[in-house]
Amino acid sequence: MTTRRTFLHLAGASAALGLAGFPSIARAAGPRVVIVGGGPAGATAARYLKRYAPDAEVTLVEANPTYTTCFMSNEVLAGDRSFDTLQVGYDAMRAEGITVVHDRVTGVDATARTVTTQGGDTLSFDRCMVAPGIDFKYDAIEGYSAEVADSTMLHAWKAGPQTQALRQQLESMEDGGTFVLVSPPNPFRCPPGPYERVSLVASYFKRHKPRSKIILLDAKDKFSKQGLFTEAWEKLYGFGTDDSMIEWISGSNGGGVTKVDPSTMTVSSAGAGDFKGDVVNIIPPQKAGRLAFDAGLADGDWVTVNKGTFECLDVPGIHVLGDASAAAAMPKSASSANSQAKAAVAGVLALARDQEPPSPKLANACYSIAGPEFGFSVAAVYQFDDFENHLKPIEGAGGVSPANADPSIRAREEVYAHSWFENIKTDVWGV
Amino acid sequence: MHISKRGQRRLGLATLTVGLAAAAAPALGDEPAVDHALEIMAGSCTFCHGPNGVGVGPAVPTISGLHAEQFAYMMRTYQDDTNPSTVMGRIARGFSEDEIEQLAVYFEGLPFERPAQPAIDMAMAAEGKELAAEYCESCHENEGRDGEGVGILAGQKLVYMRYAVEDFLEGHRDMERRQARKFRELMDAHGMEGFEKTLHYYASVK
Repeated sequence: MTTRRTFLHLAGASAALGLAGFPSIARAAGPRVVIVGGGPAGATAARYLKRYAPDAEVTLVEANPTYTTCFMSNEVLAGDRSFDTLQVGYDAMRAEGITVVHDRVTGVDATARTVTTQGGDTLSFDRCMVAPGIDFKYDAIEGYSAEVADSTMLHAWKAGPQTQALRQQLESMEDGGTFVLVSPPNPFRCPPGPYERVSLVASYFKRHKPRSKIILLDAKDKFSKQGLFTEAWEKLYGFGTDDSMIEWISGSNGGGVTKVDPSTMTVSSAGAGDFKGDVVNIIPPQKAGRLAFDAGLADGDWVTVNKGTFECLDVPGIHVLGDASAAAAMPKSASSANSQAKAAVAGVLALARDQEPPSPKLANACYSIAGPEFGFSVAAVYQFDDFENHLKPIEGAGGVSPANADPSIRAREEVYAHSWFENIKTDVWGV
Repeated sequence: MHISKRGQRRLGLATLTVGLAAAAAPALGDEPAVDHALEIMAGSCTFCHGPNGVGVGPAVPTISGLHAEQFAYMMRTYQDDTNPSTVMGRIARGFSEDEIEQLAVYFEGLPFERPAQPAIDMAMAAEGKELAAEYCESCHENEGRDGEGVGILAGQKLVYMRYAVEDFLEGHRDMERRQARKFRELMDAHGMEGFEKTLHYYASVK
């Protein structure tokens, strides 16, 4: 195998001889990029890097052989979708010439330009893209821990075994039981997600356990698509009546949770008292994934990046993608991650070639399903503002689905949501 | 691949080179013609519409291979809500006239692919073929594959076409006089079932 050094000699020689005679050598001149994390951001980056620059050497390092999407996992909790539809593999990406390594990354060294893995590999790069996703601040809630989250009070906010286990708990719950969901403070992955979860669990209860109740304890006073969720809860689950299936306790009403006791399945709020649940789902406060901290990329809870190239401002040469980056005004969604990864790839290629990176125009579109034939969306288009390092929503565009829309429109948005799900899986993983 | 004369006049050769290059080889490497800003902008369409504008999902329409004028017309009418939509009005308003034309030429340069659709009833499609020949083919030529001044129906998503027909029939979306006449004739002679059969046929065309 040609090393980087001998390659540079060869490249010099071929330049002297004229490149025409060495097309294969010229093609090997693409940048070596190591991508850590095979979720929506990392996998999109790998595939689009290969698309924009077929000569790039792309290595994706991902711990798990299968990825389970968080998006649409609330439908699995409600029994409306089979778990396996959330799962994608990496064979299609391998077929496109991407080297996929299933290993855990132990270090990213921006100076030596290497990624090291638990399995003992050292991977050299010209540029590195890190998409570590999220991690949980367990210690923000007294009595909570990774062990509690793995046994009794689940999070199910990284999809996988947690999703299946929470579905199991909901199925086992008796009719007349109480489901307590704790929604985190901003910012967090999938801002409408906790409210979609409450909606779809209510939909399941309504059909199978109609005497059951849902208590939604919230650290916040407002939330994503609030008007639309409220409308759905009123229309479908009696919200606002004495017989409401859902009770929402906002932050200013004391909904912030400070303490849990798994032995009694009790959740203690700041100002609203104690709540006992038959099933308790804690969506903990969040921060960037572990590697962002281990590699010294994080600045506070998240990674500060150039929002045009997603290069870490503190550690040049390392680009941080997906939920781990602070990319306001875009929300932490799969669509955002996908759109941003394409800009990051163009940035990587431009910077590797000493060119000016493009000023990207990005978009987010995010669907929620609140019950049968009841879907709605939020969308926005963003222009990168180089001077402010800001992703600025285009004025007059974007926004949420209209209030009190005709039922046929809500039904269409549910169908489009499912169609989006199939299409984004294809765009991200090539499946 | 087909680039319309009107599109060529309007957009100039420089932009066209990008469209052509993208169509010939979506993987572009070191080609100086690659317009990454355009690739990223087009990439903001594909997480819903699928890679290269062709989805495998049942409803979100295919947007590649459309005539540039048709693409731009759809976007402009989404912008002012004369073409009803769920989300596209909100998204289309985020793009300038110039950006819409760039996207139109970009997606025109990509093939309209026709992956198998799950819910097509071939018996209905067979009956629909005759109805299509009688009521639709005069404008939607070559079994709906041609899209000069009209949308491409051949292999378009069944569910999307069903919604479009609903919008036309309910008066939410304007029809040209000839289209309105054909819709009325098809409805009078065969009812909604006639439309459904016709759509199953067009969705089934490879």
